[in-house]
Amino acid sequence: MSVATPLPHDAAALHVTGAARYVDDIPVPANCLHLAFGLSKAAKGQLVSLDLDAVRSAPGVVLVLTAADFARVPDCSPGAHDEPLLCTGDIHFAGQPLFLVAATSHGAARRAAALGKAEIAEETPVLSIDDALKARSFFGEKLVWGQGDPDRAITGAARCVEGSMEIGGQEHFYLESQAALSVPQEGGDMLVHSSTQHPTEIQHKVAEALEVGMHAVRVETRRMGGGFGGKESQGNWLAIATAVVAQRTGRPAKMRYDRDDDMVITGKRHDFRIDYRVGFDAEGRIAGIDFTQFCRCGWSQDLSHAIADRAMLHADNAYHLPHVRITSHRLRTNTVSATAFRGFGGPQGMVAVERVLDHVAHAVGRDPLEVRKLNYYDTVPRLPETLPAGMEDGRGVVPGPHAVPQVTPYGMPVEDFELHEMTGALAESCDYAARRAAIRKWNEASPVLKRGIALSPVKFGISFTLTHLNQAGALVHVYQDGTIAMNHGGTEMGQGLFQKVAQVAASRFGVPLARVKITATDTAKVPNTSATAASSGSDLNGMAVRAACDTIVGRLAEFIAERHQASPREVIFADDRVSVGRESYSFEEVAKAAYESRISLSATGFYKTPKIEWDRIAGHGRPFFYFAYGVACTEVVLDTLTGENRILRTDILHDCGSSLNPALDRGQVEGAYVQGAGWLTMEELVWDKAGRLRTHAPSTYKIPACSDRPPVFNVALWDRPNREDTIYRSKAVGEPPFMLGISNFLALSDAVAACGAAYPCLDAPATPERLLWAVERVQP
Amino acid sequence: MADVSFLLNGELVRLDGISPTTTLLDWLRESRGLTGTKEGCNEGDCGACTVMVTDGDGARALNACILFLPQLHGRAVRTVEGIAGPEGQLHPVQQAMVDLHGSQCGFCTPGFVASMAVAHMAGATDYDDKLAGNLCRCTGYAPIIRAAEAAAAAPVPDWMAEDLAALGTPGSDMPETVEALAEWYLAHPGATLIAGATDVGLWVTKQFRPLGPVAFLNRIPELAGITVTEDAIRIGAMTTVTDFGAAIAAHHPGLAEMIRRYGSTQVRNAATIGGNIANGSPIGDSPPALIALGATLHLRRGTKKRNLPLESFFLDYGKQDRNPGEFVEAVSIPRQPDRLKCYKLSKRFDQDISAVLGALSVSVEDGRVTAARIAFGGMAGIPKRASAVEAALVGQPWSLETVTAAAAKMAEDFTPLSDMRASAEYRLKAASNMLIRYFHEDQGTAANVLEVSA
Repeated sequence: MSVATPLPHDAAALHVTGAARYVDDIPVPANCLHLAFGLSKAAKGQLVSLDLDAVRSAPGVVLVLTAADFARVPDCSPGAHDEPLLCTGDIHFAGQPLFLVAATSHGAARRAAALGKAEIAEETPVLSIDDALKARSFFGEKLVWGQGDPDRAITGAARCVEGSMEIGGQEHFYLESQAALSVPQEGGDMLVHSSTQHPTEIQHKVAEALEVGMHAVRVETRRMGGGFGGKESQGNWLAIATAVVAQRTGRPAKMRYDRDDDMVITGKRHDFRIDYRVGFDAEGRIAGIDFTQFCRCGWSQDLSHAIADRAMLHADNAYHLPHVRITSHRLRTNTVSATAFRGFGGPQGMVAVERVLDHVAHAVGRDPLEVRKLNYYDTVPRLPETLPAGMEDGRGVVPGPHAVPQVTPYGMPVEDFELHEMTGALAESCDYAARRAAIRKWNEASPVLKRGIALSPVKFGISFTLTHLNQAGALVHVYQDGTIAMNHGGTEMGQGLFQKVAQVAASRFGVPLARVKITATDTAKVPNTSATAASSGSDLNGMAVRAACDTIVGRLAEFIAERHQASPREVIFADDRVSVGRESYSFEEVAKAAYESRISLSATGFYKTPKIEWDRIAGHGRPFFYFAYGVACTEVVLDTLTGENRILRTDILHDCGSSLNPALDRGQVEGAYVQGAGWLTMEELVWDKAGRLRTHAPSTYKIPACSDRPPVFNVALWDRPNREDTIYRSKAVGEPPFMLGISNFLALSDAVAACGAAYPCLDAPATPERLLWAVERVQP
Repeated sequence: MADVSFLLNGELVRLDGISPTTTLLDWLRESRGLTGTKEGCNEGDCGACTVMVTDGDGARALNACILFLPQLHGRAVRTVEGIAGPEGQLHPVQQAMVDLHGSQCGFCTPGFVASMAVAHMAGATDYDDKLAGNLCRCTGYAPIIRAAEAAAAAPVPDWMAEDLAALGTPGSDMPETVEALAEWYLAHPGATLIAGATDVGLWVTKQFRPLGPVAFLNRIPELAGITVTEDAIRIGAMTTVTDFGAAIAAHHPGLAEMIRRYGSTQVRNAATIGGNIANGSPIGDSPPALIALGATLHLRRGTKKRNLPLESFFLDYGKQDRNPGEFVEAVSIPRQPDRLKCYKLSKRFDQDISAVLGALSVSVEDGRVTAARIAFGGMAGIPKRASAVEAALVGQPWSLETVTAAAAKMAEDFTPLSDMRASAEYRLKAASNMLIRYFHEDQGTAANVLEVSA
């Protein structure tokens, strides 16, 4: 069976030869126009006038548009209608598009755009969290969720600590910058090639901009050169700009951001400040916590409310908090609009509670791992390891009444807690206790260098918290020659979704993978899709494709069964053959015969996630179908003279349920860890006092390089079936392992703590500079 | 306008009258339809555009986004399309990348494949260094390294051989001797001299700066190369940073170790020592080290030559002691016992511009400091010596007490700035601590995180 096989990425051979085609690689007609935005250098103010004479007369320029050229300026926002394509007067951030240039080449458009002159009546921008609090600049009211009586629990506890943690944002740095190509069709229709995680939204927003129905716009996405959330809503601008120009000129129009423009214009991970007050006993058992989360959203809403919600939903991580309050403020600032990024707020909420656990352990003088385990949710006994024959896909299996699960701060029972076992297994395999003791000894003899170690857990909720997004469609065709074409609403950004889903299709038909053609995501094939986001890609689309395949398999089974006076249940699809009793046909023969017997060989499939219901205002319900788990242990060494540091070793055990493809899942885990570690260490976004981003290129914004990966990197999958009925009992893997990188941050804090008696109170990102100051604070 | 000839994936290309600042990347993608080579950053920092360039000195990896076509004259270029065989056979590194899951989104992959193919050809296995200039955001690098290791033993496919003879001896309109350059530059003092283009490339791709007349220096063999005599090591201005690092390792291993982290393989293969000095950047990494070694700069204007201590060349931010029409011909280092240590401090170890670059050389005899040359980058508008610190060391006993007292003088020497790389306070503190670290290391105390393993 194709499922569970460690096959390479479906496009691997195309990647390595340069044949894989991205938007900018699509051949375009010679009359194609290339676009660039002219950007605001000011962060706040009024646009008084634009002098674009030099832009218009620059070589190759065909068209220059400002807001004045539109009766209704197109909106680029994913929902709040607060992102005009071009500035209509109010300047909201440095980098906001003021005008749009269309020229005969990418270079000509960029060079021309640099010639625009804007007169702006500048105002004092609201930049930082403190600025926004002072100016009372919010999106909506604060949100408060929780359970129990945290005030009384904290006051009544034997011990109490409080603190505050700054958590930096993160640039996606997908290697392929944003890109879109619009090609006008007959009758006013538009074909848009977009590097997007959300083709349906591109379709919707382009249709709105062109004032046509969604049926007049077709969006195709074969692949992205990385997404990580950065292409969930940020591609709207380019798709709309190209479509508008294509409509006006009748010529194809392409736009790709130069890297610096991409980093200035597009949103990043939200930075947060999280304050905490925690009461606990002498052992470190938490009695109550009061969290206040300040989330810097930037100038527009984008997806910020959902992101800030998810930060609240992960304020517990793996810990049972019977008395907890989580207050969330969403701050509006004159900075780029922060957006989705792998984890979608979850990492920020999670790193804060990990900081709290670390702080508590330090206060009671215990190994942080012991304190973590002490506060873990209880285990609910698992179903028998081996599911009964014929029930491998879990149909009909329900959890037994083994125990009463503990509930999260938002009222969801934690029925599938895996972390006691996983933590034990990892602590043993990585020799945590002995290494921790050895490190303490080593540090005593080392005046300059200090080592640190930390083992931290991840519990991440799987499902879109906006319940209606948890649906997916698929379209599967079997052709008369026995080849299969498969399409679904998910997009491929490198995560291997297409291969995983193709493996599902091949398994349902019992054919080799080579029979299954993976085709580009296309809004004309599967409509009304959700973004490929929230780690949901294979859960949702795998199920939808399974449903479509099973419909066709059912028709074929009935057709073959009828021929042999058998029951359709007796027809077996395996090894590229269709068998009933002693008769066996090749898959081609069956396809051809079915076609000739006028059996429909095409089917749609649909899936909606069961069990979920969520009231976000009350903060109560079951927002998640299930949780995915992981544990990581990282060891570091720190130079206390400069703050320079290295990861020495990382061990990971990550829960992918019954993996659909262990090789692809491992790739997600390794990559996510390094990305998560980068977020909390070397990746630092710096804005100047005027609100301009100073780190807008890889020369100044540093993502991990090759040598930053752990030199010893042991990654294993916790290969046990999901307790919920997911596609082949697998678990989502896109986002959860990102938060394994938190162990790197905690290990650095541990190394700093070796310099003295005080708690380091380390902020993120832990750059060498922040680490050196932390060392100075801790040193006696 | 320029006329250039080179081999592209084995085929001869002759281009006449091209704009000299056309980058190889734009030309490949826009004129040749070879879209396998990707644009990730257009400034030489991500490696997605890496190609293999071969000349008489062998094959090397270069960033096509900041490589101007005239720099290719007389060389062979191989892109990802040409790394696969003529019948579509995969190169061993390509096959290993497929088998071992080295690609996810695939956008960085062509650049990795090019860097890996160059390393494979040279039999190099220091993959962290060879691939430091290739960024990947998906994989966390581990599977890419597994692929590189798996492919190492496979023979180099025969299609990778470049037939440079097929180029003949194409003429060019570029200066080919130092004399010719000196004469031309005297006649065109406002011109831009282009060495490796790792800096000038960005003037074009990012700043749209008009360069005026340009001269490419890559056709002047006598400007490159290192000569070691009894008294001095002379480094020609066009010596690449790669070649400099290899040659200096035997004399000053601390400098070679710093060079290992300077830029990336692709950048070091293009960048030159002369360029790193002449552009006068306050954050160039080689000047502080050369100053700490007491280097002399050799300038030339027409037929007139002039020597000066390297530190005197840097007058103020953006201002050097260089006359119109005058250019850097070479720099030389006096032979000396090695006491040099270089501390390159940045947010990321590899391929990052230094927040502070400390180069320290302290001579000790009979327990007393006899001489000290300490220079820093990133601490002032120019690379600059720490004179007060040096004075506080010389003549004193070589002790933690002495270095602690001397380190406190750092604020007399420097008033650094705060920027996106570091705050002024951190720069000052870290620079002071570098002297302390130098002492600790001299005493045999472990103080280098790169030397620790799990």
